[in-house]
Amino acid sequence: MSPERKLRVLLGKPGLDGHDRGIKIIARGFRDAGFEVIYTGLHQNPEQIVNAAIQEDADLVGLSCLSGAHLYLFGEVVKQLRERGAGDVTVIVGGIIPAEDVPALKAAGIKEVFFPGTPIQTMVDWVKNNVKPL
Amino acid sequence: MENNLTEKIIRGDVRAAAKLMRGIEDNLPEATDELQKLYPYTGKAFIIGITGSPGVGKSTLVDALITSFRQRQMTVGVVAIDPSSPFTGGALLGDRVRMGKHNTDAGVFIRSLASRGWAGGLARAAISVMYVMDAMGKDVIIVEAVGSGQGEVDIRRLADTTIVVLAPGMGDEIQMMKAGILEAADVYVINKADKDGAGILKTQLEIMLGTKTDYQNEWKPLIVPAQALHGKGIDELTAALLQHKDYLYAGAEIMRRRRERAKLELAAAVEHSLRNHVKMILESEELNTLADNLAQRKTNPYLAAEQAVHKAMGKFREC
Ligand SMILES: Nc1nc2c(ncn2[C@@H]2O[C@H](COP(=O)(O)OP(=O)(O)O)[C@@H](O)[C@H]2O)c(=O)[nH]1
Ligand SMILES: [Mg+2]
Repeated sequence: MSPERKLRVLLGKPGLDGHDRGIKIIARGFRDAGFEVIYTGLHQNPEQIVNAAIQEDADLVGLSCLSGAHLYLFGEVVKQLRERGAGDVTVIVGGIIPAEDVPALKAAGIKEVFFPGTPIQTMVDWVKNNVKPL
Repeated sequence: MENNLTEKIIRGDVRAAAKLMRGIEDNLPEATDELQKLYPYTGKAFIIGITGSPGVGKSTLVDALITSFRQRQMTVGVVAIDPSSPFTGGALLGDRVRMGKHNTDAGVFIRSLASRGWAGGLARAAISVMYVMDAMGKDVIIVEAVGSGQGEVDIRRLADTTIVVLAPGMGDEIQMMKAGILEAADVYVINKADKDGAGILKTQLEIMLGTKTDYQNEWKPLIVPAQALHGKGIDELTAALLQHKDYLYAGAEIMRRRRERAKLELAAAVEHSLRNHVKMILESEELNTLADNLAQRKTNPYLAAEQAVHKAMGKFREC
């Protein structure tokens, strides 16, 4: 039998802001790169995102957040994934994030931070180089 | 994929279940072994299929049905199927968006499934994912898929009870005229009953169902108007589904349906097995040798193909 592995990506939007244009563009870009993209919608808290990621067996979780609480919310997702035995899931984030927050995010276990205006192709390339089906 | 998932799955371990589902989709050989162990623990869940054109409100309806079954203390599994892009193999699976509030309920397991191209593969994956949820002890499993598109899995053959969702203003009237779809449902939902045209749609449906007298059995399809978005008509729908379930179990109908599903399952398993052998042939060393012989006109393609298949079937029998 030959395995036919596909990368599964879960995109979530924790926090209270109601903008999902950006993340939907990324969702389509990832689909066009051949990934299976599961979108969870707006206003999901970390626990909801982590549960969805585990049910979907996501290899990668992509988070976007435009409100100020990103440091806490992103870190919570990584922490809860680890607590649930899913610490091998890669977490990346995007959004309006102050550059000085990046070291703290990386220390919290976020693998990469993408700033607004990053071309989709750059993100796709990063994923292809850094994430393999688990 | 890790071993001995079955024990964990029957104890309700979500991560183990998700790993096995993934293994099935990705065609990992260990997944088939694990499914064989899991099989004796399946066959208890009530399986509901929900189908209809894109945008009629299937996912919104599933969201409301989950709430309704949970209020009745029943646990729920959802398999939400969306098409893969035939060009890139990627997929955008967005059904969960409508079901977000159930993400923290341990009594609910939602899994998105991409069609990944070939109908046999999808049928096999969908049935297997259902079985994993069944073995976990989910009381109700709801399978959502877009209706009767080509290359898609026929949800009616997967389910105990089938819902077809219609909505005004979506061309469903025209769709109905083409019949086909009408043979399908045990329960029809006229969703978006808050919109103009819902009443007319219902009347049209009633007329079409009324003129059809040759029902295979004594069940006459029910029509339930609903507003999934506003939670209206959901109690009536749940009652209709449970009524159909009672009907199934009161007679021989449940066995007839399960036999249909078993046929689909067997066909998918055979197709899967043969497909793996075809791949084995096409990727084998022997194929290179045969191709060399063929290029030198030492044989002909028909004989060479027969030899290749014969050899593979020999190996097939060994294992
Ligand atoms: N007006 C109205 N809109 C609804 C109703 N139910 C669902 N919708 C909307 O229909 C759209 C498609 O719903 P969705 O559940 O994703 O449809 P699906 O593609 O069949 O799964 C969404 O914008 C829903 O909010 C309803 O009862 N009334
Ligand atoms: Mg849907």
